[in-house]
Amino acid sequence: MGVEKTYSEINAKIKAGHAVVVTAEELIALVEEKGLSKAAQEVDVVTTGTFAPMCSSGAFLSFGHTTPRMKMQKVWLNGVSAYAGIAAVDAYIGAAEIQEDDPLNSNYPGEFRYGGGHVIQDLVARKPVKLKAVAYGTDCYPRRNLETTISLDDINEAILFNPRNAYQNYNCAVNLTDRVIYTYMGMLKPHMENANFSTSGELSPLLKDPHFKTIGVGTKIFLGGGVGYVAWNGTQHFPSMIDVDGKELGSSGGTLAVTGDLKQMSPRWLVGTSYLGYGATLSVGIGVPIPILNEEIARYAAKRDDELFAPVVDYGAAYPSFTPGNLGYVSYAELKSGKIRVNGKEITTAPLSSMPRAREIASTLKDWIQKGEFLLTEPVKTLPSPSDGIVAHSIKEA
Amino acid sequence: MSPKRIVLRFGTDISVKPIVYRLVKDYDLVVNIVKADVNPQKEGTMILEVTGDQSEEGLNYLRNLGVSVQDLKQEIVRNEEKCVMCGACTGLCPTGALYMERPSMEVRFDGDQCIVCRLCTKVCPMRAMEVHL
Ligand code: SF4
Ligand code: SF4
Repeated sequence: MGVEKTYSEINAKIKAGHAVVVTAEELIALVEEKGLSKAAQEVDVVTTGTFAPMCSSGAFLSFGHTTPRMKMQKVWLNGVSAYAGIAAVDAYIGAAEIQEDDPLNSNYPGEFRYGGGHVIQDLVARKPVKLKAVAYGTDCYPRRNLETTISLDDINEAILFNPRNAYQNYNCAVNLTDRVIYTYMGMLKPHMENANFSTSGELSPLLKDPHFKTIGVGTKIFLGGGVGYVAWNGTQHFPSMIDVDGKELGSSGGTLAVTGDLKQMSPRWLVGTSYLGYGATLSVGIGVPIPILNEEIARYAAKRDDELFAPVVDYGAAYPSFTPGNLGYVSYAELKSGKIRVNGKEITTAPLSSMPRAREIASTLKDWIQKGEFLLTEPVKTLPSPSDGIVAHSIKEA
Repeated sequence: MSPKRIVLRFGTDISVKPIVYRLVKDYDLVVNIVKADVNPQKEGTMILEVTGDQSEEGLNYLRNLGVSVQDLKQEIVRNEEKCVMCGACTGLCPTGALYMERPSMEVRFDGDQCIVCRLCTKVCPMRAMEVHL
């Protein structure tokens, strides 16, 4: 019978300052050295990390009232429209919204230099941001126009709320057509001349707990340089597992909805991002601690890049036309080596997610836990796992 | 007269033509090839130092052939504050001036290899690659 630990036992060790915390990469080395059972016994917490563009990100901002009062109907921050259909002086700024006068893709491929993600980065960097609002005017909220400058410290609340982040796994994108294409997976040259991928592999939070044994609603995480929480499963949470040659992998997998106080986050970990020909977004840093409650959890947390796989998908035709299937699977070890082989062709690979930053997140989180500043939370509700067999719907047209 | 430093970029159709010979023969230019990467499968790039009275005429001859001609007065620099070392640029930089160190996956920039094609200034999602004049 292997080791069994509880959250409170691990937290007691963290408080006492003798919890054993390692990053996912360090766990892999430890398992190689001592074997799984011994490593599972010794290690209390494994930290993970990812830093990549995450489109479904945004922030709720509650500005505070004007004199006279105003029921803001339409709101712009640095020219980027925020959704104001919530309450009088509240708005939600979405990372993928573009500045209103942007030429978009009419100047193909568009550059999308400034969007909601950039507004969020500017806010968290404590830069002044232009606020413009219009309203229709009511008896209780008579004001109709506002133009002013705000900063993060002088508004009431700023809550990062990202409905879909931390994708468990993602496609490796190629282009089979004979023209250059511009996608959210970057610029893809014709005839599969390059391939882009976007998951941190053996450091990726949800690949290390693929059955959602420890990550659930209420899990305390590293978010944007501060502390955040898992609020729910993310949208498009499809934690299905596929077997390739007896190996386990997540196809696109689960996602997390995450939230936290933007005011304690940092512009290093929330970075406005622009994809040529595609749009603007926000790159987000997320780190999730995985308590090693038993050997099974340790076994998944110790998966190496050569045991984790991504599907290769043609973004030239198959992806846009929603054709199912893929061109096969490649391991993260191959992807990170800089070359993969698809249909007999050798292709140069490049990541869109930053491995050095993922590593920095995992080790920062490790530091916080070791110093006793960060305790683990037991989920108040588990998230759907592969065994729940969630099926994706698509839009039906009459 | 000090030489003009220029960057040439051309398609596979040009790479089979004796363009440097023409510059020397027809326009009486002194041509020094600083760097050349002519791969018949990909687009070719060349950095030349050109001296001679007819250098403008010579360059126009190249432009008429469909060769892109740019001054090498510009320089590409990486804004270290902005670069997140994602690596998105490394698969596209034609000369390997932006490359990834393994296994750390840290992105390095070697300005000496850069031919100022400006591709990275557009594809870098953080706009960390900047043109300096
Ligand atoms: S794409 Fe930009 S941010 Fe990413 S590594 Fe290259 S220069 Fe740095
Ligand atoms: S401009 Fe950028 S992409 Fe082009 S060679 Fe220089 S570093 Fe590489």
